[in-house]
Amino acid sequence: MNRLVVGAGYGLKDWLAQRVTGVVMAVFTLIMFAAALGGAMASREAWQAFMSNGFIRFLSFLFIVSLCWHAWVGVRDIWMDYLNSAALRLFLHVMTLLALVGYAGWAIQIIWRL
Amino acid sequence: MTYTVRKFDAVIVGAGGAGLRAAIQLSEAGYKTAVLTKVFPTRSHTVAAQGGVAASLGNSEEDHWHWHMYDTVKGSDWLGDQDAIEFMCRKANEVVVELEHYGMPFDRLDNGKIYQRPFGGHMSNFGEKPVRRSCAAADRTGHAMLHAMYQRNVKVNTQFFVEWQALDLVRDAEGDVLGVTAMDMETGEIVVFHAKATIFATGGAGRIYYSSTNAFINTGDGVGMAARAGIPLEDMEFWQFHPTGVAGAGVLITEGVRGEGGILRNSDGERFMERYAPNAKDLASRDVVSRAMTTEINEGRGCGPNKDFVLLDITHLPPETIMKRLPGIHEIGIQFAGVDCLKEPLPVVPTCHYQMGGIPTNYLGQVVVPKGGNQSEPVHGFYAAGECACASVHGANRLGTNSLLDLLVFGKSAGETAVNDLRASVKAHKPLAQEAIARTLARVDRLNNQKDGADVHETRLAMQRTMQKHAGVFRFKDMLAEGVKRIDEIAGQVAQTQIKDKSMVFNTARIEALELDNLIEVAKATIVSANARTESRGAHVRDDAIDTPETPDGRDDRNWLKHTLWYREGNRLDYKPVQMKPMSVDTIELKKRAY
Amino acid sequence: MTNANRTVQFKIYRYDPDQDAKPYMQDISVELDSTARKLLDAMGKLKAQDDSISFRRACREGGCGSDAMNINGKNGLACLTAMDSFPAGKPIVLRPLPGLPVIRDLIVDMTQFFKQYNSIKPYLINNDPPPERERLQSPEDREELNGLYECILCACCTTSCPSFWWNPDKFVGPAGLLAAYRYIADTRDQAANERLDNLEDPYRLFRCHTIMNCVDVCPKGLNPTKAIGKIKEMMVRRAI
Ligand SMILES: Cc1cc2nc3c(=O)[nH]c(=O)nc-3n(C[C@H](O)[C@H](O)[C@H](O)COP(=O)(O)OP(=O)(O)OC[C@H]3O[C@@H](n4cnc5c(N)ncnc54)[C@H](O)[C@@H]3O)c2cc1C
Ligand code: SF4
Ligand code: SF4
Ligand code: FES
Repeated sequence: MNRLVVGAGYGLKDWLAQRVTGVVMAVFTLIMFAAALGGAMASREAWQAFMSNGFIRFLSFLFIVSLCWHAWVGVRDIWMDYLNSAALRLFLHVMTLLALVGYAGWAIQIIWRL
Repeated sequence: MTYTVRKFDAVIVGAGGAGLRAAIQLSEAGYKTAVLTKVFPTRSHTVAAQGGVAASLGNSEEDHWHWHMYDTVKGSDWLGDQDAIEFMCRKANEVVVELEHYGMPFDRLDNGKIYQRPFGGHMSNFGEKPVRRSCAAADRTGHAMLHAMYQRNVKVNTQFFVEWQALDLVRDAEGDVLGVTAMDMETGEIVVFHAKATIFATGGAGRIYYSSTNAFINTGDGVGMAARAGIPLEDMEFWQFHPTGVAGAGVLITEGVRGEGGILRNSDGERFMERYAPNAKDLASRDVVSRAMTTEINEGRGCGPNKDFVLLDITHLPPETIMKRLPGIHEIGIQFAGVDCLKEPLPVVPTCHYQMGGIPTNYLGQVVVPKGGNQSEPVHGFYAAGECACASVHGANRLGTNSLLDLLVFGKSAGETAVNDLRASVKAHKPLAQEAIARTLARVDRLNNQKDGADVHETRLAMQRTMQKHAGVFRFKDMLAEGVKRIDEIAGQVAQTQIKDKSMVFNTARIEALELDNLIEVAKATIVSANARTESRGAHVRDDAIDTPETPDGRDDRNWLKHTLWYREGNRLDYKPVQMKPMSVDTIELKKRAY
Repeated sequence: MTNANRTVQFKIYRYDPDQDAKPYMQDISVELDSTARKLLDAMGKLKAQDDSISFRRACREGGCGSDAMNINGKNGLACLTAMDSFPAGKPIVLRPLPGLPVIRDLIVDMTQFFKQYNSIKPYLINNDPPPERERLQSPEDREELNGLYECILCACCTTSCPSFWWNPDKFVGPAGLLAAYRYIADTRDQAANERLDNLEDPYRLFRCHTIMNCVDVCPKGLNPTKAIGKIKEMMVRRAI
């Protein structure tokens, strides 16, 4: 059978997620820029003090999650474009997902440990 | 050469406005129907219609179908059959409303109803003053209509055979029609579509002329097929020359431009139509305007370096109106005339536009021929509608916007009649006549094997030039007689055309050669019929038909109030009376035609 | 205005599966006079010279959408492309529309394109019994359809869209989405919800990455990207 079924029902959600996570990443990047200009990266101590601020921690957490989520949609689209085998796709989807979750945890640990 | 046979309840040839409207009828009734078309349905030439479709909805001012009927009879120069005309004008509101329900994006009035504009020859109160009767979607009415009807067919699951070229009509010894032969253009395969009902809606043949508003595909295939199968062609001498084709390019500028207030001017800047039609002026009937323009040009008041066109001026209209009501015209002006019509007038000339004659039908869409004393005996299983048919509602001259109406009304009635006939007949398909199939195979074989033959392009060009010169806006006795001979010679060459391309795959050279077989039948019918009709009527105007009290403007009702029938066999002519009796109202009596 | 007789060079994609093992580019030139204003006129002259050159054509006025092709690398209609828009001295390169199977020369198989068009249910859906007269619509509501209903289904847009090249079977493409919005925007239509459902899918609508190739090539000056944006906007409004 070679029937095409449509209506997976998550097109809008992903599209919105990509827009929103994109905005979050842009905002975070801007703040980092501003911080760098304001001297937050002048010394290791200044940098540590800046990063231990609760609000910045919260923001950086958001940034990492956004980055991974954004990457998830993008990478999944690539698998969908280039791979035809459903089994292979599922496998790669899962691997991508696991890898991204792992990266997120790891990155957050690193940043929060600063 | 091999072929296969496929069986259907009905086969419709053509997916322009008429074919699509008929198809809706058959698909909705659940009959197994094949719709053949040589181009994707929305590429049919109905797409080019600009101005609108006539219906006496009366949305802007009082209107009545009886007035519409009067205008149509008068426009036809009394050659139209009054029963069919009454039928069409009475049905107009119904079919236009139906089209709106299909989703047609008509322009709207402030009260939400369909927008209507004035159009040439459409008047209120039996010819008093112009009336708003043309229902329009900007200047893209045909496009909007064709797409709406194609979409409706998608909804009702019509089965299309896209890029299939019908080649010949299949008739048996009793004269009954049993379907068509056709070629799949993509593969060159030949198939017999065996059907109980065959509907022709193949459109016009404007390409017999050199300068035409018609598409390349308007090659009169249905008319040619019918003629080869022994069906006579009715009133083929009547060809409408549209007053405003873009000079040089042939692309149409709708009469809607004049409906919105456009004015024709000669080289002196004079609004010359005031002299020719004091009442209707620029909105007189098309033949009248075309002749006035040709006279102006012939008398040296044309414009441009060669004084060979006149100007259509709308620079006095508000730019918003032009961009809202005539956006396509603005585009055409820039594309094909190099003129911005907001600032400069458009160069226009009369251009071949519409075939009034065609396959003879009655108002039910049945094809009718003289048989055993009956002038109009229906041919079993054969129906026709649209520009290829002659109902005859347009007579000697069609009014603008009446053709789109014709497609809707007669497309529908041909479909309905076919459905009724299919319901009534319990019989299986009649057996196929082998000779009819043999004709197609012989034609295709001949073309494939022709050596030292005539070039298709050159031969077609010779035919188009001859028709333009010998059977144009004004016709001259000697020129016509000479034209008959010339076309006969060219027909000889058409029988021996040769193509270099022999591929089976989408062979457009072969398609064009087969089309030329049809064009030449139309050209022959036209010039022979025109040569014989020694009067002036509507679009057919001869130098030797003079204006006398008995023959006003050369129209000779005593001898020529009759339909021409041209038979291919023997290049022979016959005539039949005009139906002067309407269905319910009184006859619209003969009168001199003045606007 | 173009000057009198001149010779114009062409490079044309040729492929006849009946004779050719594989496609090739053919160099060919033609003598043109001043009546050849548009590319399609010139191609007619070419065809008179060599009747095997194959392309579709019908209305010759930009209304039917038959003669869409890839002209010097950009999709367009031959009948609307002016001969004097070409740089002098360089050959005019003609190829079939990209992304669709070639049947022969410049003729492509449009099946997939029309399949996508049909998949959006391109017809009015209104289940109320039809009234005696026309359904009313205000001029403002009717205006919403401008820029949507004029599409001639030439496929210039869809075949210039990279998202369609990758997923011709799953991404509806700009022409189909334009048609979808034409009905979503029609106040007489009652199926806007189902229409949105039908597009709520990672491929059908959301493969459009706003690359805007489609807008760039549309010979009728339509803007499918804008229509796509409006559909997305409606989906968002519906979801929140
Ligand atoms: C530029 C222009 C503007 C016009 N404007 C108006 C207007 O504003 N109002 C108005 O009322 N009228 C107008 N007309 C006239 C009107 O548009 C036409 O008369 C009408 O559209 C013809 O429709 P049809 O369905 O008969 O044929 P068409 O639309 O020409 O369709 C013919 C169909 O037959 C098919 N076909 C032909 N031969 C074959 C074959 N051998 N095998 C298979 N299929 C075949 C074609 O593929 C096509 O689908 C205009 C005409 C032109 C040229
Ligand atoms: S804007 Fe969307 S539809 Fe248009 S070309 Fe780009 S991806 Fe394709
Ligand atoms: S949107 Fe434009 S380019 Fe696309 S099919 Fe329609 S007319 Fe052609
Ligand atoms: S031939 Fe019709 S659009 Fe070009």
